[in-house]
Amino acid sequence: MRDVGFGYHEGAELLSGMTLSLQPGMFHFLTGPSGSGKTTLLRLCYADLLPTAGQMKAFGQDLRGLSRDNIAELRRQVGVVHQDPQFLDHLPVAENVAMPLTVAGEPVDMEALRDLLGWVQLTGHARALPPSLSGGERQRAALARAVILSPELVLADEPTGNLDWEMSMRLMQLLIELNKSGKTVLVATHDLNLIRATKAQVTARVLRISGGNLQLAGADL
Amino acid sequence: MKRRNVKGLNLMAVWQGLMGGEGGKGDRIVPPTGFTAQLTLFSAGAMAFLAVFALALALATGRLANRWSAELAGSVTVRVSAPVAEQEARVQSALQVLQSTPGVGPARVMPQDELAQLLEPWFGPDMPVDALPVPALIDLPITGEAFDPEGLRLRLEAEAPGAVLDDHTEWRRPLVSAANRLRMLGIVSLLLITAASGAMITLAAKAALAANGQVIRVLRLIGARDLTIATAFVRRFTRRAAVGSAIGTAVGMLGIALLPEANAAGGFLTGLGFRGWDWLMPLLIPFIAAAVAFVATRWAALKMLEAVR
Repeated sequence: MRDVGFGYHEGAELLSGMTLSLQPGMFHFLTGPSGSGKTTLLRLCYADLLPTAGQMKAFGQDLRGLSRDNIAELRRQVGVVHQDPQFLDHLPVAENVAMPLTVAGEPVDMEALRDLLGWVQLTGHARALPPSLSGGERQRAALARAVILSPELVLADEPTGNLDWEMSMRLMQLLIELNKSGKTVLVATHDLNLIRATKAQVTARVLRISGGNLQLAGADL
Repeated sequence: MKRRNVKGLNLMAVWQGLMGGEGGKGDRIVPPTGFTAQLTLFSAGAMAFLAVFALALALATGRLANRWSAELAGSVTVRVSAPVAEQEARVQSALQVLQSTPGVGPARVMPQDELAQLLEPWFGPDMPVDALPVPALIDLPITGEAFDPEGLRLRLEAEAPGAVLDDHTEWRRPLVSAANRLRMLGIVSLLLITAASGAMITLAAKAALAANGQVIRVLRLIGARDLTIATAFVRRFTRRAAVGSAIGTAVGMLGIALLPEANAAGGFLTGLGFRGWDWLMPLLIPFIAAAVAFVATRWAALKMLEAVR
């Protein structure tokens, strides 16, 4: 993104003059106080919002020129995990995890699906309905759903916001594994302890949003 | 063997088979909606039932208009009024004129008992018609285009005093016009039913889309195209409309089949129904209902999805 600005209301810019390029295969953290625009920045990345100024490109495409079908294609290349992930509550976890394949019209490899559920430790919950899952299980299911199409980029918006420390670290471990397998990861969080604990295991670039601008965080992190 | 097959036919299983299709791979992305589904089915069935009767009305009135038009245009009547003593002579004069008229068949003087039958609705069965100064009536079939009613009228005036030509135009016109208006009413009813079905399906689809806002949002976020999401709703409503209207059509056709046969009196109501190939026409109703549901749901879904990024 180059000189990107965004405001929900005319005249009031939440983000301004932001320039950022995610390094392929790198683990990134996006931090900043609540309301600073972390979620907004992530939403800009998967074209849920469009910048009001500047230029935003993903996979070589200008996001402002994308048709609705192109946006759908883009979202198949970007896995997203939200703080409060939503599911199709009438379908079992396994079907929810496989849903990106279903809507993309691709066949579901049952063996691969089992492996993926095993990776997020949800094999025993494959037939459970999402409302019966705990917070940590929902986040892991969301992560499995986000990566089933093998996206190059995984975005996580406060993925540990509702989890205790142990669960948070379990989820971060999965994200670290993803990064080590070559995926670019961007995690938005205001939890500095989580960033420190993760940085102890993987090289991570920490970006901070402050006053609507983006800065590279200092050595304190 | 046949008996065993019939006994083995589980109607509930057939019903679930038709409706259970909603569990298909693509449709599963939309949560099942039990009661709403039944309402859509019922509405589609009721509309189809009404459409069968509107179609029967349109076809029956069309037949009626054609029949009245053809029957009345196929003959004319010559009325001969004269004192009793001169009536026979004047009838003979009129017959002579008619014999030399081009484009007509053999003229026939209507016998007294036929006249009595014609007058019966007004005077009752016991009225001695021969005691009344009733004009003689001559029935003249028209056989060719050479027939010139105006020419005949003038010749009768000149050569057969008291003989008046009645070509039925005066009362044929309002009858045929009434039948044509009824036919138009049937066609307008069909169009209204189609439009109302479309509106009903659109409303039901919009309600279903609004109720599934979260599902749609999730699907868009994981990369579903508008058409993929819309198709799930379109399939569901198209199937419901097709099944509901097939049932409504079948019941409507049964109702029409059970109507009394048209009798000799040719009463209009007993003539309401289908004849011959007409019976195939109501079979189009479920297909039309499905097409209307397809278009209405697709339009509503794509329109609504524009609001979801």
